[in-house]
Amino acid sequence: MQPEEVQPVQLLTPEGKLAENEVYSPFIAELGAEQLRELYRYMAMERRLDAEATSLQRQGQLALWAPALGQEAAQVGTIAAIKPSDMVFPTYREHAMALYRGISPEELLTMFRATRHTGWDPRKHNFHIYTLVLAAQTLHAAGWAMGINQDLRLGSLSRDRAEDEIVVACIGDGATSQGDAHESMVFAASYELPLLYFIQNNHWAISVPTRTQSRSPLVNRATGYGFEGVRVDGNDVLASYAVAAKLSAEIRAGAGPKLIESVTYRMGAHTTADDPTKYRSSEEEQLWKGRDPIARYQTWLRAAGHADEGFFAEVDAEYKDLAADMRRSVLAMESIDLERVFDTVYSEPHRQVETEKAWLKDYEAGFAEEQTEAGTAG
Amino acid sequence: MSAIKEMVMAKAITAALRDELAADEKTLLIGEDIGALGGVFRVTEGLQAEFGTHRVIDSPLAESGIVGTSIGMAMRGYRPVAEIQFDGFVFPAFNQITTQLAKMHNRTDGRVKVPVTIRLPYGGHIGSIEHHSESPEALFAHTAGLRIVAPSNPQDAYWMTRQAIVSDDPVIILEPKRRYWLKGKVDLENPAPDAFRAQVIREGTDATIATYGPLVPVALAAAEAARAEDRSIEVVDIRSISPLDDETIARSAAKTQRLIVAHEAPTFGGIGGEIAARVAERAHHRLLSPVLRVGGFHMPYPPSSQEHRYLPDIDRMLEAVDRSFSYQRSA
Ligand SMILES: Cc1ncc(C[n+]2csc(CCOP(=O)(O)OP(=O)(O)O)c2C)c(N)n1
Repeated sequence: MQPEEVQPVQLLTPEGKLAENEVYSPFIAELGAEQLRELYRYMAMERRLDAEATSLQRQGQLALWAPALGQEAAQVGTIAAIKPSDMVFPTYREHAMALYRGISPEELLTMFRATRHTGWDPRKHNFHIYTLVLAAQTLHAAGWAMGINQDLRLGSLSRDRAEDEIVVACIGDGATSQGDAHESMVFAASYELPLLYFIQNNHWAISVPTRTQSRSPLVNRATGYGFEGVRVDGNDVLASYAVAAKLSAEIRAGAGPKLIESVTYRMGAHTTADDPTKYRSSEEEQLWKGRDPIARYQTWLRAAGHADEGFFAEVDAEYKDLAADMRRSVLAMESIDLERVFDTVYSEPHRQVETEKAWLKDYEAGFAEEQTEAGTAG
Repeated sequence: MSAIKEMVMAKAITAALRDELAADEKTLLIGEDIGALGGVFRVTEGLQAEFGTHRVIDSPLAESGIVGTSIGMAMRGYRPVAEIQFDGFVFPAFNQITTQLAKMHNRTDGRVKVPVTIRLPYGGHIGSIEHHSESPEALFAHTAGLRIVAPSNPQDAYWMTRQAIVSDDPVIILEPKRRYWLKGKVDLENPAPDAFRAQVIREGTDATIATYGPLVPVALAAAEAARAEDRSIEVVDIRSISPLDDETIARSAAKTQRLIVAHEAPTFGGIGGEIAARVAERAHHRLLSPVLRVGGFHMPYPPSSQEHRYLPDIDRMLEAVDRSFSYQRSA
């Protein structure tokens, strides 16, 4: 049986022409020029950060980097359509979303420089820490959404605020094969959770193509759980925005979970440890280069008169600074102290942790003494 | 009304859950069949009727889902108490427990607390079929970030459950299912000692048997039987596996000079080996014989028609006591 093709929602063609869409265009009509430029700003910012992080990794300054190159529109469009009070549970590649939520490049890179596991406070940004165990976070998102329903029941969240609060669970196409993704969707459907699944289908899970994860478009999964899914052109920031705006409004209004399959492309390597030439063709890469989300949007912004050359030059200049600042702050980054790692294994005192921490202190103090003795002797 | 009640262990746990549900509206129970049925062991019996389907949540049949959503709820300020139906079925949730629940506080540099309690009916001797009698404690104890306790009597079951729920750390409670119907007094006003400490529950002078959970009554019976041979056995109820109160165990061993550690789990790579090493480090010079272990064999839990040969019993404990006495110190 051939999988049924599902046409993704597209508002902006790869040539940068805007198409009318009865359902989705009205959501775009609400955006003012400033907001439209803002979308561009964050996409450009992510791309700059990505290039800089990749080069920092090549220079041995980062332990690893997972580029989001090519996925800027999918991420920025989606996060711009929800509210800052909505909790987002990312994977490890949602850099554009993180930047949009006010997480600094420095905070973002701590994990990749391996100075700390996490650089930001998830509550401050309503943006959970990155999760490396694929799909695990989709269950935390479901639990968080169950918490929203509990708050409502307890009255600690007024009806208005509840209408204001939904949860976004990010997940890759590869990770949809994980059991946790399935269990999460079962919980979401059963308890009618205010949860939006955001699948970024970037075509590859390291070297394994999406068709190995699913013979049917991933969007079709939603129907099986009993909720709606929409497939969107993830390289089209306007369509990404409109689809997320529509679905999130419906979830807020009590419709239960929804799913977005955002069809996009990972233009770079999976991570800096990967070699995509081993598993994909340059024809494929060229094809997607022609669908570049930033170039497309830039063309339209310019043609529609929402941004002029001055704006683009200004963004360029700003991100040159960003790159320089980022490099400085990465090189100056201080590592977490191992003592601090001991201190956060548990919330409350734990005998074995305390004993081992004390032992290490003594042990290292011994070396310090030896050094001073040697110093005195020499 | 007296605050001291005679209860079986299962009902002591029910009482603890009821009291915590009543004390804090953010405490929730979640698990398979825990609502109308009251759980397969009836530990949650009546609680859904009393607190409602939103407080006592029948979950879909998905262990990773139960633990994973509990983490999400805990992150939002709730105190979920998750029931895993049987020890052998905890493994689908192993990933959520070890890579997420145990590490969240540490990974977030202490910013996110996940006060999830996992109730795990565990251990053998109930004559069941496979995957219903296992003792996976060592697999969890090896993971930093988790606390693991095992009550052996109704008083501890009541208070350890309450202490686990109010703890800000994730706690796994190993409920010795073969002791669910063990009767005992529960003082509902005066807490049992700290859930995370061991306790000397019988004084002795010649050797110590340290154990926890289902084997505590066996150790007490073995100590009683040893009296007939004029051997005075001290019994330590270990109670907490993580943190391990190695100090209390070592103190007892140093006093009696002989230590036997018993558990149902296989001895290879188990908690007994950890205790032996720790006690040797602390009290090597005081011991008259090596620390000996009594436990399950290096095999999957056998068909229960053979469990009487697999599980440590009084005779196996006494054999170990004899063996301990047979060691001679060379001059
Ligand atoms: C449970 C688990 N298995 C394997 C890995 C190693 N791994 C990291 S990312 C990845 C591919 C994920 O692909 P996808 O979900 O499509 O997301 P993408 O990286 O393409 O954004 C793999 C196999 C992992 N992190 N977690």
